[in-house]
Amino acid sequence: MRRRSPVFLARRAYRLRRLRDAARLLPVAGAFLLLLPILWEPPEASDRNTAWDGIYLFAVWGGLIALAAWLAQGLAAGEDSDEATDAENGPDGPRRGER
Amino acid sequence: MPFNLLVLACLCYAVLLFAIAFVAERNMQAGAARWLRSPLVYTLSLSIYCTAWTFYGAVGYAARSGLEFATIYLGPTLVFVGWWWVLRKMVRIGRRQRVTSIADMISSRYGKSNLLGVIVTLISVVAATPYIALQLQSVTLSFGVFAAAGTYGWAMPDTNATALWVAAGLALFTILFGTRNLDANEQHTGIVTAIAVEAVVKLVALLAVGIYVVWVLADGPVDIFERINASALADWQLIPSRWSGLIALSAAAVLCLPRMFQVLVVECGDERNLATASWAFPLYLAAMSVFVVPIAVVGLQMLPAGANPDLFVLTLPLSQGQGGLAMLAFLGGFSSATSMVIVASIALSTMVSNHIVMPLWLSLRPTREVTGDVRRLVLHARRFSIAGVLGLGYLYYSLSGGSAALAAIGLISFVGVAQMLPAMLGAIFWRGATRVGATAGLCIGFAIWAYTLFLPSFGPGGVYPLSMFMEGPFGIGWLRPQALFGVAGMDPLIHALFWSLSLNTAAFAIGSLVSFPTPVERVQGLAFVNVFDTERTEPLAWEAGQVETEELLKLAQRILGDEPALTFFEEAASAQGTEGYLPDPTPEFLDALERKLAGAVGAAAAHAMIAELAGRARVTVADLMRVADETAQIMEYSGRLEAQRAEMERTARQLREANEKLTQLSIQKDAFLSQISHELRTPMTSIRAFSEILMEGDVPPEVAGGQARIIHDEAIRLTRLLDDLLDLSVLENGTVQLDLRLASLNELIDRALRAAAQVRPDRVFMVWRDLPSEALFLRTDPDRLSQVFINLVSNSRKYCDAAKPELRINVKQRGARVIVDFIDNGPGIPKDKQQIIFEKFARLSDQTRAGGAGLGLAICREIMANLGGTIAYLPAQGGAAFRVTLPLRLEKHPFADAA
Repeated sequence: MRRRSPVFLARRAYRLRRLRDAARLLPVAGAFLLLLPILWEPPEASDRNTAWDGIYLFAVWGGLIALAAWLAQGLAAGEDSDEATDAENGPDGPRRGER
Repeated sequence: MPFNLLVLACLCYAVLLFAIAFVAERNMQAGAARWLRSPLVYTLSLSIYCTAWTFYGAVGYAARSGLEFATIYLGPTLVFVGWWWVLRKMVRIGRRQRVTSIADMISSRYGKSNLLGVIVTLISVVAATPYIALQLQSVTLSFGVFAAAGTYGWAMPDTNATALWVAAGLALFTILFGTRNLDANEQHTGIVTAIAVEAVVKLVALLAVGIYVVWVLADGPVDIFERINASALADWQLIPSRWSGLIALSAAAVLCLPRMFQVLVVECGDERNLATASWAFPLYLAAMSVFVVPIAVVGLQMLPAGANPDLFVLTLPLSQGQGGLAMLAFLGGFSSATSMVIVASIALSTMVSNHIVMPLWLSLRPTREVTGDVRRLVLHARRFSIAGVLGLGYLYYSLSGGSAALAAIGLISFVGVAQMLPAMLGAIFWRGATRVGATAGLCIGFAIWAYTLFLPSFGPGGVYPLSMFMEGPFGIGWLRPQALFGVAGMDPLIHALFWSLSLNTAAFAIGSLVSFPTPVERVQGLAFVNVFDTERTEPLAWEAGQVETEELLKLAQRILGDEPALTFFEEAASAQGTEGYLPDPTPEFLDALERKLAGAVGAAAAHAMIAELAGRARVTVADLMRVADETAQIMEYSGRLEAQRAEMERTARQLREANEKLTQLSIQKDAFLSQISHELRTPMTSIRAFSEILMEGDVPPEVAGGQARIIHDEAIRLTRLLDDLLDLSVLENGTVQLDLRLASLNELIDRALRAAAQVRPDRVFMVWRDLPSEALFLRTDPDRLSQVFINLVSNSRKYCDAAKPELRINVKQRGARVIVDFIDNGPGIPKDKQQIIFEKFARLSDQTRAGGAGLGLAICREIMANLGGTIAYLPAQGGAAFRVTLPLRLEKHPFADAA
C-alpha cells in the first residue's frame, strides 16, 4: 500500500502542472480568437453581418469565462496542497522556499 | 421628474454609502466580518474599472463605432483570464513588499529610488486629471438631461456649480473614510465595501435598462437581431489597427491604472480571491456590455436624430415616460462616477504624500532627528492631496468646457498610464532591468504621449497652432505631432500608442542593458522576479551594530504611534531573548522595521529614514554571493553561516553585557561598602561627640536639649537605613506577609502624591493625570503598592530638574493586568545606567542630592515581584519614565508555590 500512494500523488502533481499550463495558454488562445475577426473578410465586402459578429464575440467571451472558472477551481485547490505535491515533484518542479 | 427629487435621491444615496462604509469599518475593527474580505467583495470592488465613461459612453461609442466599444472590456478579460502570468505575481509581490501604490512598487523594485516614484506619481496625476474631469462632466450632463426633460418649468441648473458640488462632496467622503488612519497595509475596508455596493447598483441599473429595451420596447432578441442589421451599425467597419491596438491598450491600462492597482493589489485581503476574480470579473464586464448594442440601436431608431448617443441610457427611458427606470439609470451612472473618483483620489493621494511630500519633508527639515508627529503630517498631506486631485479635475472640467465626446478623453488617459507597463513588466520578469532604463523609458514614453496625444487633444489652436499639425514644429515635417517620423495615415490614438510604447520599451531595454545596477537594485530585483522561489531568503540590506535602537524607537513611535511601536520593539526583543524594549539592531530586525514603516509611509521614505539612522544601506558579502550565484546549496550554506555568525555575535554581545554588569556591580558594591561605613560613621561620630559633651555635664539646659535632638535625629537616620536593609532582605526571601484587599487605584495615587509632596516641598510640580482611567479597583497589598508609587514620585521630585517640572501618570488596563506609567520631563536616565538602577546600592548622582542609600528602586522591584508584577524603565519617552505592571486581582502570594 505504501508504494501506491506516491504514484497517485505524482499523477496528481502532473495534472496540476498541466492545469497551470492550461491557465497560461488560455489568454493566448483568447487573444487569437478575439483577433480572428480582423482576418475574416476584406473591408470592401459590404455584406458583413454585425449581429453575427456580436454573437461570435460574446460566445468567445462566455467560453473564456467558463474555462477560466473551471481552471480557477483546480488551481485554487492545487495551491493549498502545493507543499504536499511539490515534495513529490523532484527536481523539475518549480522551487518553492525551504519552509 | 422634479429636480429636487433627483437631488434628494442623490443625497440619500450618499448617506447610504456613508452608512455602509461606517458599518463595514466597525465590523472589521471588531474582527467579525470575514465576508468583507470575501472573493465576491473583491471582484465587485474591481468594477471601478467601469466608470461613468463606460456606463454612459459605451452606448455612445457603440452608436458611433459599432462593436469596437467591446475592446475596452476584452483587454481586461484577457488579463484576468491569464491571471497566472502577471496578476498572481503582482499581487504576491505587492503583499510581500507591503506595496502602497504603483509608484511605490516601481520605486521599490528599482533600488527604492525616489526619483522613479516621483515620475510615476506625476504621470498618474496628469493622466488621471482629465479622467476625473470626465466623471464630473458625466454627472453634470445627466443632471442636465433631467433638467431639460422636466415639465416643471425650472431652468437648466448651472453646470459649473453642479460639478463643484459633486467634487466637494466626493472630497469630503474620501477624506472621511480614506484617511482616517494610517493603516499598516493601506487598506480601507469601509470604502471597498461601499465600492462593492456601488458595483451592484450600476450593474442592476444597466441590466434593467437593457431588459426594458429588449423585451418592452422591442419584441425580444430576434427583433433586436433584425434591427441591428437594419440600423447604421450594420455598416460598421472593423479597423484592424484600432481593434488590436485598443485590446492591447485596455489590457495595459487595467494593469497600470493607479486606481485598479489600489483595489487589485493594495486592498487585496487574500491572494486566493484572485482565483475567483479571474473569471468573475470578466463575467461582470460581459454583463455590463451585453445590452450596449441593443440600447444603442433602439436609441438611434426611436430618438430624434440630434440626440446625444452618450446619454441614451437616460434619455431612452425618459422619452417613454419611465421616470423610475430613468432614476435607476441615473443612480447607476452616479455610482460609477463616484466610485471611480473616490478610489482614484485615494490612490493618487497616497502616491503624492509618500513620494513627494514625505521626501521633501525629510530633506527640508533642519535637523537629522525626527521631530514632531509624522503621522499627522502624513495624514494631512493625504487630505490635501485628495482635495488637490479633485480640484485639478474640476479645474480641467471648467477650463475645457466639457464638450469633447466622452470616449476620447478616457482613451487618452489610458495611453498615458500605459507608459508604466514596460517598467512594471520588466520589474517583475527581468532581473536585468535597471533604474536607468526604467527612468529613461518612462520619461520618453511620457514625453511622446504628451507631444502626440495629450497636447493635440486640445484641438488646433488650443495648445498647438494649426500650422504645427500641418507642417510640424519649425517646418520640420517628420516631427508633425500626428505623423511622427513620416508615419502618416494612422489613427491619431493608435499612432501615439505605437510610438510612445515602442520608444519607451526601446529606451527601457537599452538603458537597462548599458547601465549597471546598484546592490540594492540587484537584491530587490531578485526578491521581485523570484518572489515565488525566495520565500525565506529575503534580502538583508542592513549591517548590524551601526545604529542606536533607542533612536529607532523614537522614529517608530512618531510614525506608528507610541503603543504599537513599543509592542513591536518588545516582541522583537523577546524574540531575540533579551528583556525590555530595546532589541539588538540585527539585520533581521532592521529589515522587519523597515517593512513595518514602509506600510505607513512607503518603501522609499522608510528606507531613507532608516538609512539615515543606520549610516547607509550596506550589502553583506553573503548577500552579494547570493546575488551572484543562487544555486540552492550555496544559498542555504551561506544562510546557515550567516545565522550562525549572527547567533555567535549575539551570544558574545550578551556575554559582554553580563560581564560589564558584573564588573560594574562589583565596583558598586565596593563603593557601597565604603559608603555605608561612611553613612554609619557620620551619625556615629556626631552621636559620640555630642554624647561626650553631654557626659561632661556643665552645659546649659537649652544647649543640651539641642544636642540631644541631634543625637536623636542621627539615631533615626541610622534606624531608617537599617530598616531599609531589613525590609529588602525580607522581600528578597519572599517571607513577607501581604495584606491583600480591594483598593482604589485612584486613592493609592492620591496618597502617593500627598506623601511625596514633602520631598523638596519648595518645587511646584505639574501633575497630569487621567482620572477616568484610574477608576480601577485592585486586589493587592495597598500599603506596599503605595510605597512603590511614593518612591517613584519622590524620585522624580528629587531628580527632575526641568525649569517647569511635570509628571504624567498614565493608567492602562490590558486584560487582567494594569499598567501605570510615571513619566517626567527631566533629563532621564542615560542608557548605560538603565541596566543598573534597579540593583541594590545603585546611585547615579552624588550622594548630597540623594537622601537615601540607593535602596529605593531595589525595594520597589522586590515589592513588585512579591505583588506578582514588574517595574521597568521605559526608554525614549522624553524624560525618566517607569512602567509598573501588576495583576488586577492578586489571589495569593506569587511565591507561595515556590516556597
